[in-house]
Amino acid sequence: MDAAVIRDYLPLYREAALLTLRLGLLGILLSIVVGLFCAAVQFLKIPVLQLLAKIYIELSRNTPLLVQLFFIYYGLPKIGIKTDPAVCGVAGLTFLGGSYMAEAFRSGLESIPRIQEESAVSLGMTRLQAIRHVILPQAVSVSIPAFVANVIFLLKETSVFSAVSLMDLMFTAKDLIGLYYDTTEALFLLVVFYLLILLPVSILGTVVEKKVRYAGFGT
Amino acid sequence: MQALGLEVLFKGKNLVRLLGGLGVALKISLISVLISISLGILLGLLMTRRNALIRLVLRVYLEIMRIMPQMVLLFLVFFGTTRALGWDLDGETSSVIVFSLWGTAEMSDLVRGAIISIPKHQYESAEALGLSRSQMYFYIILPQAVRRLIPLSINLITRMIKTTSLVLMIGVVEVIKVAQQIIEANRMASPNAAFGMYLTVFLLYFIACFPISVLARGLEKRWQ
Repeated sequence: MDAAVIRDYLPLYREAALLTLRLGLLGILLSIVVGLFCAAVQFLKIPVLQLLAKIYIELSRNTPLLVQLFFIYYGLPKIGIKTDPAVCGVAGLTFLGGSYMAEAFRSGLESIPRIQEESAVSLGMTRLQAIRHVILPQAVSVSIPAFVANVIFLLKETSVFSAVSLMDLMFTAKDLIGLYYDTTEALFLLVVFYLLILLPVSILGTVVEKKVRYAGFGT
Repeated sequence: MQALGLEVLFKGKNLVRLLGGLGVALKISLISVLISISLGILLGLLMTRRNALIRLVLRVYLEIMRIMPQMVLLFLVFFGTTRALGWDLDGETSSVIVFSLWGTAEMSDLVRGAIISIPKHQYESAEALGLSRSQMYFYIILPQAVRRLIPLSINLITRMIKTTSLVLMIGVVEVIKVAQQIIEANRMASPNAAFGMYLTVFLLYFIACFPISVLARGLEKRWQ
């Protein structure tokens, strides 16, 4: 391995990592919004919307992100919906992530036994108060492990962004290998940069998971 | 039809070719799943042993496989081994290696989880009833662990199928690649083929994965 080559490559990888992080975080934030919406719609049993959310979740969970991106980036322009690569990447990640987040939140909400809400209501709370003070705090803490897993999963999934010509870490590595054939250095930096992004998230996730484990009354 | 580019699908052998491409992806997932499940069960059982060294080694392996995007692993094996070890692996072999390594790690964690989820009193009761160790595992522990394990391993199969879409990036001719070829070949006659073709690929993946997901969910509910 050649230190000079690595030094030369560093700025390229830093740029690429920032792009990955920027698009990844934006996609994750939007996924949370979509996920909350879908979970709420299903939990409150709103007709029509509930069905649509269900169909969306199944479509999104049973197809790979790469295929979703190809459809958005190359397919949709043919019917007049044109997007630039960055928008497409975020849209794809949100389409995928929304359903994963929705399932995480929904399983949290569903894990709270009916008796909790009934007890709250019989104590004189309104349904909203019961949701706000009794159900949500517990549901959130049940959802956290799945939520953390989803964040890591979505950050990892950004590695297919290069397919829609976004200059992310994978793209940079492949490009440099093709140009200079310094395969070892290029791959080494690829691994290092993904570790730099993913390890802190993973460690932070474990800590948060331990901190908020207070649900599960009576089990 | 013309506007959506779906007519290309029924031209010549295009549909058959697409299905063939899907077949390649499914073949890679099937081989990897079989290897992953058998090796994963072995490693998962090892992970429940008391030996700290074995546990540490397996834990490190699991975390590495978990934290690296599968794309990176594919690049490491496909490009890395050529340069570092002089191996000349083709795309399909590389992907089977990568997906087996990754799947084995995931499977071993599922197995470990299923075994340690059996409460301690089950072991103690079995012992109190005078069952031998092998009887205890065969009649008490494994039947319960397997029930928890099967839905989760079926889920792993759909994850594996979805992940095989990545092999496109290391030059394996699978369903997306075939779609690209068809779009290119019909660029003049059907300029909108990209919409129809990628929609078809999307639906093909859905058709492959959805029934498996439903099965996993059904079993999970029934055996809860």
